[in-house]
Amino acid sequence: MAVTRRQFMKVSAAGLAASSVGALGFMGAGEGLAAGVRPYRLEKATETRNTCPYCAVACGVLVYSSSEGTKDGKAKVIHIEGDSDNPINRGTLCARGAASLGFANSPNRLQYPMHRKPGSDKFERVSWDFAMERIAKLAKEDRDKNFITKNRDGVTVNRWLTTGFFAGSSCSNEAGYLTYKAIRSTGILALEDQARI
Amino acid sequence: MTNSWNDIKNADVVLIMGGNAAEAHPCGFKWVVEAKANNGAKLIVVDPRFTRSAAVSDLYAPIRPGTDIAFLSGLMRYLLGNGKIHQEYVKSFTNASYIVKEGFKFEDGLFTGYDESKKNYVDRSTWDYEFDEQGMAKVDETLQNPRCAINLLKAHVERYTPEMVERICGTPKDKFLKVCELIATTANGERSMTSLYALGWTQHTTGAQNIRSMAMIQLLLGNMGIPGGGVNALRGHSNVQGITDFALLSTSTPGYLVLPTEKETTYADYMKSRGFKPIRPGQTSFWQNYGKFFVSQQKSLFGAAATKENDWAYDYLPKFDTAYDVLKMVDMMAGGQMNGLFCQGLNVMMAAPNKAKVQAGLSKLKWLVIIDPLETETAHFWENHGEFNNVDPKAIQTEVFQLPTTAYAEDEGSFTNSSRVIQWHWKAVDGPGESRSDIQIIADLHSRLRALYSKEGGAFPDPIVNTTWNYAKPAHPDPVELLKEINGYALADLPDPADPSKVMLKAGQLLPGFAVMRDDGTTSGACWIYTGVYTEAGNMAMRRDASDPTGLGIHPNWGFSWPANRRILYNRASADPAGKAWSERKKYITWNGSRWVGGDVPDYAPTVAPDKSVGPFIMNQEGTARLFSRTAMPDGPFPEHYEPMDAFIVNPLHPKVTTNPVVRVFAADTKSFGTPDKFPIVATSYRLAEHFHYWTKNVHDNAVVQPEMFVEMGERLAKAKGIKNGDWVEVSSQRGMIKAKASVSKRIRPIMVDGKPCDVVGLPIHYGFIGLTRKSYPLNTLTPPVGDASTNTPEYKAFLVDVKKTTPPASQPAVA
Repeated sequence: MAVTRRQFMKVSAAGLAASSVGALGFMGAGEGLAAGVRPYRLEKATETRNTCPYCAVACGVLVYSSSEGTKDGKAKVIHIEGDSDNPINRGTLCARGAASLGFANSPNRLQYPMHRKPGSDKFERVSWDFAMERIAKLAKEDRDKNFITKNRDGVTVNRWLTTGFFAGSSCSNEAGYLTYKAIRSTGILALEDQARI
Repeated sequence: MTNSWNDIKNADVVLIMGGNAAEAHPCGFKWVVEAKANNGAKLIVVDPRFTRSAAVSDLYAPIRPGTDIAFLSGLMRYLLGNGKIHQEYVKSFTNASYIVKEGFKFEDGLFTGYDESKKNYVDRSTWDYEFDEQGMAKVDETLQNPRCAINLLKAHVERYTPEMVERICGTPKDKFLKVCELIATTANGERSMTSLYALGWTQHTTGAQNIRSMAMIQLLLGNMGIPGGGVNALRGHSNVQGITDFALLSTSTPGYLVLPTEKETTYADYMKSRGFKPIRPGQTSFWQNYGKFFVSQQKSLFGAAATKENDWAYDYLPKFDTAYDVLKMVDMMAGGQMNGLFCQGLNVMMAAPNKAKVQAGLSKLKWLVIIDPLETETAHFWENHGEFNNVDPKAIQTEVFQLPTTAYAEDEGSFTNSSRVIQWHWKAVDGPGESRSDIQIIADLHSRLRALYSKEGGAFPDPIVNTTWNYAKPAHPDPVELLKEINGYALADLPDPADPSKVMLKAGQLLPGFAVMRDDGTTSGACWIYTGVYTEAGNMAMRRDASDPTGLGIHPNWGFSWPANRRILYNRASADPAGKAWSERKKYITWNGSRWVGGDVPDYAPTVAPDKSVGPFIMNQEGTARLFSRTAMPDGPFPEHYEPMDAFIVNPLHPKVTTNPVVRVFAADTKSFGTPDKFPIVATSYRLAEHFHYWTKNVHDNAVVQPEMFVEMGERLAKAKGIKNGDWVEVSSQRGMIKAKASVSKRIRPIMVDGKPCDVVGLPIHYGFIGLTRKSYPLNTLTPPVGDASTNTPEYKAFLVDVKKTTPPASQPAVA
């Protein structure tokens, strides 16, 4: 039988009322105690199965999220713990994984697209549309100008060497594959990930 | 990893060398503790520092950074010289008996075929076997021929006596011999040893040969393909395995296929050197299927635009002249040869060696795009952070974009762990602010480029406008759609090979495995080793059945382990040539008279009888594993000790060839290497239990428990330099200078190397000028811009420095 911690409290309180405390004339104390106990905060949270973002042990984690008390009403991650069903970590987490709530909610998480003009000493907030349109334009300009169709020997090489791409090694396989597809189709050869470094 | 995290529990001996699992992979290290507690396993740790892995070891031996090959070659000498090898395994499953060409030699630190002017082995024709008229490699089953691979190996390692090991590595002879004796107890099929390593082996100019040395040792001991055995890379990032599998690398394509070079002008040319033919009778040579994997991949990438007539869109792929890896990219940037750069979750300002060069390179770019969930030094490279990043923003003309991404808890998809297990994760919440997923950002970029090229034309638009992009929402493909595309489909009705009148798969159905892939354009599949991950039965990466019927830690229905859901690679070698288990203790996959049976997926078709003599190492043309690697490695068919580029001593084995002779050094970097007269202390970089790379300095709890940069040094060195615990220390190398707090510890003891005392210091990699930790000088201010001869992995683990007491950085309080 699955008993949540809150149910356990209620059951205990009922038991308490009917037993020693009740017998001593403190009827109602158990209910009072149960009512005073703050509900276990994860009870109302949503549990999502995920994988620790750090090393490649790839520990299973349970991410608990809730919109209770958030300023914007949006759900945020409130707790992370090891997934005891996962046969690799069996519920354990290390000093990094156990603190990973602080990564999800880090004050240094990026919020908005930012732009730094040449020579400027600051980033300025811009729209996604501005950033993506400008990046696509700059990329196309550079590619059109520097794309090498044939090498010196007249062999078709179809490569673009003046722009490079460092790929993230904590992107999902699906993001990684889509990145490969999009980047290779441009002819970029300067492509690297975190495997060496 | 050839084996799995859970499988470590089956080991009788665990060797941690080139890594520090207790601190870097604590939850994986749990399985080492399990092996010790419940399998009577002994743990050996070989490391320059007395790490937390060492603290719970049964045997610890110190070693000078960058000398692992000397140690491991000494171990091979011990095993071969004392008959401590698994004779039948070595004879049946390795190329021990193969006869090597007469011309092959090793003299004065060089193998045959070296060209001094090109700093390369230009003629590797002798690095091969003798062949008969049928093209089959010649062997001498009696192992009497002095040119047999194993006899050449014996001669090669003969120089690595225990005395020579002590002289080069600084490992006391008695400790070294104790390690040898304990490892030798696994040379029998009854007991097994697992090898656990990480960047401590890869980040050297001889990195790939370090690992190869261990692979050879495991073959000599008969520890490949069996429970509790294997060569196991404990990898860094949560999906670095997957991203490597998908070839986000300069010269590869997904599934460990190779991008064509510019010498391979047509598909036929390209295939000439790919579909390796077997070179022993009866062998499989799995790469004979190369064309099926390549054509299916091109069909995934380019769909209808890839046809037989256009060589499967062969010209859509860029052809390379040289590898454009991280070192090359930084060199090109610093040389003004690059205009644009994307950094998707990779903090190159911290991650590439020689920070000054990276800084100069980024400053020469016209534009830089950061795609990241966190603030990074790379995004702020143009910002003045006092002495930690002393630049003038006005002088830097690079236009910078910083795009916020979601992170793991905020999107769904699959990660592939270090042991090749693909596991799905689900989305918990939306990302902060306006952050978007990497998928969405890349799809947006591609869609805009595609629209621009469709409308305006431009340089070779064909591959961009013809890339398959048939997603329900083109601007935001669903990860499920993508994993299906990766798995691959039947593009036409596929006949059953056993009965061509029947249809095995209908057009549009997902492929059940890579065995059904075809090279005629009727199948797709982006990454053949992943095929089987998403079949008509569903998403295998989502499977969460943790049962383990054999009790061996296989968990066959948890996620999907590439290839083919195989959990231990080369498991055919767990049985003798007749198909019988080497021992009851290590029984894994055996032949029952009609099939291979056991708890795992066998290496090849389950009905191929052992008398067909198909070897376990089907990825090689031989079917056997290689003690002699032919031309597979650019720095030689046998591993050899070369000093790190910052060499602490002249190589006692061959003084004229001290360092790796084929290492790549760019012209701009020829004066970047230090010598012991100016920099007499050996340094190594490492990771802390409390931090992950450069991320967790943005996490409050981690920043509190490990708040700032330090340099760990032994008591003798500290005393000699008048440094006390907590003092500020200047650490300098040929590349630059940093300041760090002294952490004087007993964990690093001085050793004797080549007759002189050798002090080692350790430096954590994690600190920079962005984050919740105290601002620090990035460690890569000190590290040399040179990589491994095989893989170009930077040499972060062994370099020379000097240390002296100094004053605090300007912005730091005098008393912390």
